[in-house]
Amino acid sequence: MINKDQLQNKEEIPMIDIKIDGKAISIPKTRPHSVTGKQEPTTIIQACSIAGVDIPHFCYHPRLPVSGNCRMCLIEYGIPAIDRDRKPILNPDGTPVIRKMPRPAIACFFNDTATTEIYTNTEAVKQYRQAVLEFLLINHPLDCPICDQAGDCKLQEYVHQYGQETSRFVEDKVIKPKKRAISSKIILDNERCVLCTRCVRFTREIIGIPALGILNRGGLNQISNYPGSDFEHNYTLNAVDLCPVGALTSRDFRFRMRSWFLSETKSICPGCATGCNIIIHSRDKQIYRLKPRENDNVNSVWMCDYGRLNYKWVNAQNRLTHVFAENTDGTQVESDWLSTLKKIISVLEKTPPKTTAILVSSRLSTEEIYLISKLAKRLDAFTDSISHLGEGDSFLLNKDLTPNSKAIQIFKLASKTPGDRIAEISKNIDEGKIRNLLVFGEDPIKSGIAPGILGRLDLFVICDILVNPSSKEAQYLLPGASFAEKQGTFINAQGRVQRFGKAFSPIGDARPEYWILANILTKITQESWPLTPEGIFNKITATTPGFENMTWELLGTVGMDIVSTANTTE
Amino acid sequence: MIVKRKKMTLAERLYLPTIIGGFSVSIRHFFRKKITLRYPEEKWTLPQGYRGIPHLVKDQNGRVKCVACQMCEFICPPKAIKVIPPGPDEHPERGEIEKEPAEFQIDMSRCIFCGYCQEICPEEAIFLMNRYSMTTHSRKEMILNKEKLLELGGIREDSVMKWENKHKPRIF
Repeated sequence: MINKDQLQNKEEIPMIDIKIDGKAISIPKTRPHSVTGKQEPTTIIQACSIAGVDIPHFCYHPRLPVSGNCRMCLIEYGIPAIDRDRKPILNPDGTPVIRKMPRPAIACFFNDTATTEIYTNTEAVKQYRQAVLEFLLINHPLDCPICDQAGDCKLQEYVHQYGQETSRFVEDKVIKPKKRAISSKIILDNERCVLCTRCVRFTREIIGIPALGILNRGGLNQISNYPGSDFEHNYTLNAVDLCPVGALTSRDFRFRMRSWFLSETKSICPGCATGCNIIIHSRDKQIYRLKPRENDNVNSVWMCDYGRLNYKWVNAQNRLTHVFAENTDGTQVESDWLSTLKKIISVLEKTPPKTTAILVSSRLSTEEIYLISKLAKRLDAFTDSISHLGEGDSFLLNKDLTPNSKAIQIFKLASKTPGDRIAEISKNIDEGKIRNLLVFGEDPIKSGIAPGILGRLDLFVICDILVNPSSKEAQYLLPGASFAEKQGTFINAQGRVQRFGKAFSPIGDARPEYWILANILTKITQESWPLTPEGIFNKITATTPGFENMTWELLGTVGMDIVSTANTTE
Repeated sequence: MIVKRKKMTLAERLYLPTIIGGFSVSIRHFFRKKITLRYPEEKWTLPQGYRGIPHLVKDQNGRVKCVACQMCEFICPPKAIKVIPPGPDEHPERGEIEKEPAEFQIDMSRCIFCGYCQEICPEEAIFLMNRYSMTTHSRKEMILNKEKLLELGGIREDSVMKWENKHKPRIF
């Protein structure tokens, strides 16, 4: 929705005074256009949104061009009355007389700045809404029991709030195609569609492929992809979010869970370095879907399909759920945290400087990367990370497919091209100079460390989320927590620090990596390290240039940009 | 405090009048119509609307009426019901009917026979029927699965046949 702070910052825009339901409010005269960003007169629905007055709507969406076809947002308005000489009629006290116009207007399109009073809860407005909903329900199949949108559905909400109790319709409903797969990710149910054309405008204006349109006329109107043109794109699932009813549903989420069972957690997409703000929908330690969350500084209200569907590994079969330690005969057996950490700490305490190497994943949170940098400093260790590069695109998807490589750079755990010290580390292990190898969230063999030499190490620890080919080589295998199972921050490619929340506690015996690291550090540095991400983050802000103005609370839900200094920017 | 004990009369001390009074009640009931049942050989005639164990029903065409909307799971006060929805896989044999539960479990050790599931069901698929006796050797057996619930529920006539009466679309 519209960000109030942003409005107030733009002081050059003149304000106008209007009254909404008798309450006076001053609103900016113009607002940036949803797509082009050009200043355009403020519409009534935008004014009401600023005033906190809810106006039901289907076709209007703050990020799409206005179409004005659903007629759900009809309101009444009043303008200053004029006499026959076109002079304003004044009250005895000098204020202009306001007369209600005899016809309603659609709030999403109507932007007459002469309007001084808006009425959204009059008897007439209630009747308009009821009538529009009655028409929409004429051909609606009412298959809410099997509709994935039930619970999130605008039509359900508005009928409950503004509609009439019973249907007067006795004729046969128009029958349209159901469960049509319009792409590999989306299923279209034409009967449920209210023809708001949000999806059509989204494909045209936002992703720029005119894939969807409306076929036929009158009662047979239906959304369709143009014959011969497919609707395959990396941003199509946003159309499912936009659909106010259950016409477009995600095939990935189809019939998996009803929406009211899902709890929502504010998080950050771990798919790439853009750091789109997301909401995790989960139930019983299981992620069911990811949805984008509004943040104008990063992703607006969109996210890519790659990121949206990149959650299945959290509940994958090959999740590490227990601590494993290598037996004397070389087999891995289940162990417990206390004894395993004790053994790891006893080795690290005694090891001389420059005998340890740490391989860090840029999928860890900033707090964990910071703790690793402290551990590396204490042990005078070799560190490196691995870059995971993909294709990227011009909209949201970044080339860098890890969420936190910026933090690796800030805490100097790798060079500008991560992975270039691996060969050196491998050589030093081979020569016996490096005796200990700690790996966090990476596959050391795949990263370039020669497989035969890992047996020569005194200590070889892998802390990871999934079992990988190197796991069976490790002396100690520690199960880590995924982004949904811990709190923390990611720093995106633009240097914005953003907080992600914990949706559920880690699966099995897994523990967050910051907990493991803080425990190890507390023992080997003789200092006490906070065991919460909040405490660690506040330690970062106290010591790291660029983070001075931040605290855990101030990051809030939308994050803060790092103040650029010579040390932090490239 | 001193409790004053009342002295008993001769009749009271004899006990006989009281014994005769007691026996007269027994003898009166001995000749009356008996109201106890020889359960389990004899069974009770249940009243209309009796709320027994909830069962799933099929319609006259043998179709599972439940569409896994999970309203019963949502409303169930003791959280006895667990519905596993079918997921996105296609089932062409179901035709126009898009959804059917993959699994449906009622934990009868939790059920309180309140009837909310029957009341909330939009498809008239679950009914609290006349079965009230549930004896098992373990708590695990108290969890009734979809197969068992459908077997016990049997067939119930559906006058609407909402999903079957869908016509083919007129337009494409």
